[in-house]
Amino acid sequence: MSIKLNGREHELSADIQNVAQLLGSLSLENRIVIVELNKEIISKSAYADQPVRDGDKVELVHFVGGG
Amino acid sequence: MQDRYRKQELFIGKEGQSRMEKSKIVLIGMGALGSASAEMLVRAGIGELVLIDRDYVELHNLQRQQLYTEEDAAAYLPKASAAAKRLKAINQHVKLQSVIENVDHHNIEQLMEGADVILDATDNFETRLLVNDAALKHGIPYLYGACVGSYGVTCPILANGDAPCLHCLLEQLPQQSETCDTAGIIGPIVQWVAAVQVTQALRLLSGQKLKAELCAFDIWTGDYSRVDVRGLRDASCPSCGMDAVLPFLNGAEQTRLDVLCGREAVHIRPGAKKSLNLPALAEEWAFAVDHVTANEHLLAFRYREHRIVLFTDGRAIIHGIDDIVRARSLYDSLVG
Repeated sequence: MSIKLNGREHELSADIQNVAQLLGSLSLENRIVIVELNKEIISKSAYADQPVRDGDKVELVHFVGGG
Repeated sequence: MQDRYRKQELFIGKEGQSRMEKSKIVLIGMGALGSASAEMLVRAGIGELVLIDRDYVELHNLQRQQLYTEEDAAAYLPKASAAAKRLKAINQHVKLQSVIENVDHHNIEQLMEGADVILDATDNFETRLLVNDAALKHGIPYLYGACVGSYGVTCPILANGDAPCLHCLLEQLPQQSETCDTAGIIGPIVQWVAAVQVTQALRLLSGQKLKAELCAFDIWTGDYSRVDVRGLRDASCPSCGMDAVLPFLNGAEQTRLDVLCGREAVHIRPGAKKSLNLPALAEEWAFAVDHVTANEHLLAFRYREHRIVLFTDGRAIIHGIDDIVRARSLYDSLVG
């Protein structure tokens, strides 16, 4: 399936079914991330329960500390 | 004198320019972001700029920290002084104050006194959450900005009782984070982050409102993302919620440092215990550290000529150093 990730088409392998797995596939599982799914922000505690479906629009911003 | 601002004035208006010249901005950190922002603000004719940094110039800074020269590095000049020297040459009319200090809960409120805007250019989350607390207490807008690798992120913290604060957004101090020392950094992303922050400052000083929006850009891949974070204000946030205690400003969350007598070493204890994944860190830091030894409790390695022992709870012992400010700087550049 494919989603729109930060405005671009992004192909997902079939085993990625929720937000937690999506973050893992992007190596962001240990980062502090704000996830917006179809214009709604998903709370951190819901990442593993929140399904990701074909055609979803996802905006991801992770925090970094350098400067 | 003011022909020099003619083109800027055409854009932001006479009143905006006049406000600029009467305004004071405090810059927390004079590394890459601080250098880039300071130069833009001084060229734009800001009234007063406070330059705060605890560190001195080193050769490996010059790749991206635009105010500094090989001479500054050879002379071990503190960044806050080297920056002022260069900025004075760019615009003699700007009032500059250099502060060569570590920002902590004892001095932050005094350092930001009278500021119209605080601009974030530090390299670690603990200082950011401290500045966040102090900015909220005094109702001063605080412009978060950070970068690592080719990725940068910004968000204005508006302290207006409506938008989320940095503590609402992060929820907690990150356990570990990438730093420029461990993940690298390229100069262009610094310029993007600083450009966004300075634009936000110009807008605020010209009387415009800012949106509580988190904005991120990877300048290598071209990926851009933007999230409206208005809904993330947390009513129970310890920094801005109903029963706010400002945990970073009151010192409860502050990292402690002690010189270990007779050992030329500094012991660092984070205010809140961490739970570090040491094998993962060892892998991430492969290019930054060497002589690595590990067991289930700790990771020992050499980093910039210092032997460092890091424990899973975030404590560290840095050998070959008795200057706690320098030790803190080394710790932050690794652990973030």
